Amino acid sequence: MTHDPGTTSPAAVPDEGDAARERRSPLDAVHRAAGASFTDFAGWQMPVRYSSDLAEHHAVRTTSGLFDLSHMGEIVLIGADSAAALDFALAGKLSAIEIGQAKYSLLLAEDGGIIDDLVVYRTGEDRFMVVANASNAAVVAEELRTRAAGFDTIVEDESEDIALIALQGPDARAVLLETPGFGVEGPGNDEEDFDARIAALKYYRAFPATFEGRPVLVARTGYTGEDGFELYVAPERAPGLWAALVETGGPRVTLCGLASRDTLRLEAGMPLYGHELGRDILPVQAGLGRVVAHGKEGDFIGRDATAAGPAEGARVLVGLTAEGRRAPRAGYEVYDGDGADAAPVGVITSGALSPTLGHPVAMAFVAPAAVEAGGLHVDVRGTRIPASVVPLPFYKRPS
Amino acid sequence: MTDNTELQYTAEHEWVLVDGDTVTIGITDYAADKLGDIVFVELPAAGTAVSEGTVVGEIESTKSVGELFAPVNGEVVEANQAVVDSPELVNSDPFGEGWLLKITAPELPKLLSHAEYRALVGE
Repeated sequence: MTHDPGTTSPAAVPDEGDAARERRSPLDAVHRAAGASFTDFAGWQMPVRYSSDLAEHHAVRTTSGLFDLSHMGEIVLIGADSAAALDFALAGKLSAIEIGQAKYSLLLAEDGGIIDDLVVYRTGEDRFMVVANASNAAVVAEELRTRAAGFDTIVEDESEDIALIALQGPDARAVLLETPGFGVEGPGNDEEDFDARIAALKYYRAFPATFEGRPVLVARTGYTGEDGFELYVAPERAPGLWAALVETGGPRVTLCGLASRDTLRLEAGMPLYGHELGRDILPVQAGLGRVVAHGKEGDFIGRDATAAGPAEGARVLVGLTAEGRRAPRAGYEVYDGDGADAAPVGVITSGALSPTLGHPVAMAFVAPAAVEAGGLHVDVRGTRIPASVVPLPFYKRPS
Repeated sequence: MTDNTELQYTAEHEWVLVDGDTVTIGITDYAADKLGDIVFVELPAAGTAVSEGTVVGEIESTKSVGELFAPVNGEVVEANQAVVDSPELVNSDPFGEGWLLKITAPELPKLLSHAEYRALVGE
């Protein structure tokens, strides 16, 4: 029996930073006490699972799951020209979002390649918080600093000073409302106000709240395909907040590791940097053409290259499903048939036996002509299994 | 439940129970734990000749794929259909109901003792 780390995801995302420095979450002791297994993720020791990936996955789909995402990077921009700086630095039109709104965006290279995907929160008229993948946080901070140099804004990498806890699933809202200690920033500051703000909080919106009197940004965002919340909080406050959610939620809150996060986001058709996104991929290839705001005024980095588009016949991201239980996995080749003369036409970026659907699901970059022609097969360690192209996402929560 | 101190082991995290000239093999709790939730097991059919150190099957979890090596030279006499039907047995009872293959093996290679194996995995 050997364990093949080459197929392990999301730990396969390489550590671009200082590999010698092993980083630990402010919730590390809490995870150890809870019996978590750990994995290295971009130089961080993070929980991969507590007991069972499958149980954790199902809990998020049916009740709720609690994730520590403190490894994510948070870069804050403050200054009168912050919105203009982000319009120049990123693919989207961030100046168009309101205070309290969040937007998914991309940091592009001049050649249109994806340096990272981001969620940007507008936390004030003159301030924004950019949330980056752990593996790219330092690069994103550096790029934003360089790109914002001519603007009246200060770029601060606050990743060390902000922890992130996500509560995801159909019971997340009820658990958050029942958890004592929340209030709203400013005068009044009581639980009633908090409950009213949660009731009014739309998807991809956030508001400044308090927990036990200290600031916490409450966002209705996530990466699981379920309704849920992400809570940005000072590291020293994270264990108390975590414990309160666990205690209040009881059996409705399952501690979840990165293994379940990966299968949840895959079912929801959400891209993961290093798999579906990378420096050699243009947004339109990954189905993210809509994220690039060509209509916005002024220049932005990557505009010309994304306007020109990829080369004719460039591979595009598609969803694949298969029968049986053998999952196509990252790196496996996609062929245009199962005969000896079949040609390689693509490669799997992520794949798993879908815990919710019970059959294999995968994302892959495949030549458009081959997608059109159909009859695709995936080489699963020497066996060609037929795969069907399906629209993403694989799973959509019941509304 | 098998008394796992009586078993022999390989460096590939498999266990071997010797009964006359037949051995029963499976993967250890350590290996099952490292893989995570096992969702697919592929085993060779009865009658398949296997040789020591070669890949004879696959064990997939939600996260990754593990290869099953034959720990001995011999012929498969039985593959555990119960784990093919319910792969989670490998997680829940790796030394018992989660056994994988019975192989006739007239001669045994040098295997690890329980103590040697536990030392290998640092326990």
